[in-house]
Amino acid sequence: MIAGLVNFFGEARYAKQRWRLLQAVLVVIVIADFFVPRAHTYYFWQTIPGWSAGFGFVSCVAIIFISKFIGHSGGIMRDEDYYD
Amino acid sequence: MIEWLHPAFLMLLGALVLPLLRGVWQKSLSVLVPILALISVAQMTAGSSGHVHFAGVDLVLFQADQLSLVFAWVFAIMAVIGNIYAWHITDTGQRVAAFLYISSAFGVVFAGDWFTLLVAWEVMALASAYLIFASANAAAVAAGFRYLMVHVAGGVLLFGGIILHGVQTGSYLIGPLDHGQGGLAYNLILISFMLNAAVPPLSAWLTDAYPEATVTGAVFLSAFTTKTAVYVLIRNYPGAEVLIGFGVAMALYGVVFAVLENDCRRLLGYHIISQVGYMVAAVGMGTEMALNGAASHAFAHILYKGLLFMGAGAVILMTGRRKLTELGGLYRTMPITVCLYMIGALAISAFPLFSGFVSKSMIISAAAGDHRAAVALLLTVASSGTFLHTGLKLPYYMFFGKDCGLRPAEPPRNMLLAMGIAAVFCIGIGVFPQLLYAQLPYPVDYHPYSGAHVTESLGVLMFTLLAFVLFLKYLDPEKTISLDTDWVYRRGASLFMWIARRPVLIWEQWLTTLGDGAGLRLLHRLSRGSLRVDMMVIDAIVNGVALTALRLGSVLRQLQTGIVSHYAVVMVAGLILLLGWPLYIAMGAP
Repeated sequence: MIAGLVNFFGEARYAKQRWRLLQAVLVVIVIADFFVPRAHTYYFWQTIPGWSAGFGFVSCVAIIFISKFIGHSGGIMRDEDYYD
Repeated sequence: MIEWLHPAFLMLLGALVLPLLRGVWQKSLSVLVPILALISVAQMTAGSSGHVHFAGVDLVLFQADQLSLVFAWVFAIMAVIGNIYAWHITDTGQRVAAFLYISSAFGVVFAGDWFTLLVAWEVMALASAYLIFASANAAAVAAGFRYLMVHVAGGVLLFGGIILHGVQTGSYLIGPLDHGQGGLAYNLILISFMLNAAVPPLSAWLTDAYPEATVTGAVFLSAFTTKTAVYVLIRNYPGAEVLIGFGVAMALYGVVFAVLENDCRRLLGYHIISQVGYMVAAVGMGTEMALNGAASHAFAHILYKGLLFMGAGAVILMTGRRKLTELGGLYRTMPITVCLYMIGALAISAFPLFSGFVSKSMIISAAAGDHRAAVALLLTVASSGTFLHTGLKLPYYMFFGKDCGLRPAEPPRNMLLAMGIAAVFCIGIGVFPQLLYAQLPYPVDYHPYSGAHVTESLGVLMFTLLAFVLFLKYLDPEKTISLDTDWVYRRGASLFMWIARRPVLIWEQWLTTLGDGAGLRLLHRLSRGSLRVDMMVIDAIVNGVALTALRLGSVLRQLQTGIVSHYAVVMVAGLILLLGWPLYIAMGAP
């Protein structure tokens, strides 16, 4: 069972199914976010359905590109033998 | 009366007995003693303590309250898991070092006075360094020395702070330091704690040294040093607001560097820094909920981070490779490792039903409840980054992705068992959070499983996954290393050596030449002159003095009659003169 599960995420032939599954999960999460009760919210944005989805997506994109920019342009990433 | 044995003492005793045993006996003892330590922790109740009066100072060798107990619990659990994971090793030295390391970690969480804490703190640095040296290659030895150097420096700061604090307050008992004070003692101790908590810019020792440690050693390292630092911060610096900024910066710093990293365990090291950032920020907030969050997140973190390090260690052990650019496609032959690793990854990413969800969210909610919107939002960004790296990037490039062609077997069963136990805790805490909440220092009124909270977390995480899928090619690991603040002392050391080799050596050679040439001639002339002075003046004086003494001696000899009564008369006369003269003066001589 474990091997089957792991293979589903590894094998190229399941790529289409994985993509569809992801889309379905994303849609369900956003729809569910419209219907959950929001009794304890601290900030106004928490009352906007789907805000966390957008926030997560934007955060991830920002992390990838800002980090790579800093790494390449900021002189942080160096050859592996830098200290040798 | 002590109803339980100090677990630090148990581990210390174990460390002494281990080298006497061989083979399966040693292995069995290495698991049995941590189990005994776990039982001993289970028997403790808040409030027990033991005092010793030593050299004029009241030492509190152990003092248990709810806060120390929650850390002791997870330390004991991790001690058992770590030693099961290390069952197969044959290096007695590593076992003993791990025992001493765990013992000193217990020593810190039960220390009631600063001196006990200091001793445990130093032992912790030394014992943990051995786990790095034990890799026995040039890179590890160099990293081990750097690690030791940084921690010894931190220990000196702590020592100085303790002495100052003791002199100023007259007390060596541990407790919240007055953070209005902000004096030198306060800052020295805080800096030494922040160093062990790996707060940037004092964090580079962690990502420098942990990836060089042995496969089993890194598992222990990931658990104890930074978390004892979190413990002492909660104990001594609750509400120190400066920690909020540092904590948030740490959480994001770890995420940024993890994007750039190619070494699998160094990437996990950056995520230790990131996760400890949540705890440090929570300590800075200082509310009951935040401190509960810091303690519970430390508890959950030790177990899931241990699991992640065990997973990465299993890959390193079975493939001999550690760079993401050289790994990939291992899922075919290591499916169980993949599954267990992913449980740790989902736990650190705070997926519902996993341990991180019930602890990390407590910190973020505490920030929101404390009206710190920016803190809450930035920590949420860091959560996205955590899942991106430990949950997606690392497993993708290690287990899936491009096939590196290796077909390694699953790791030894003891390693899988240890990972399995950690995985059970990661899920158990997520499903039954009340079990953990009941152990926390303050009463908990927090319910993580509200509908809005679940969809909010899933929204952040699953749309992070979407971004990962869409922008995967930009995340490809690169064959580089990242410069961190260890540059200062790694390059600083070469600068020092350059100064020693160039300017200092040249100056020294110049001095030598000068001495051999003009200097030597001058010296010769000087010495000839002084010889003359010696013979003509000094010797003449000495001879004269000696001759005079000889003459005076022969005169005196004639005075010595050898008759006792003569001597007595002279002594009495002398005494009268000695006493009489001042008396004569005192009475007012005419």
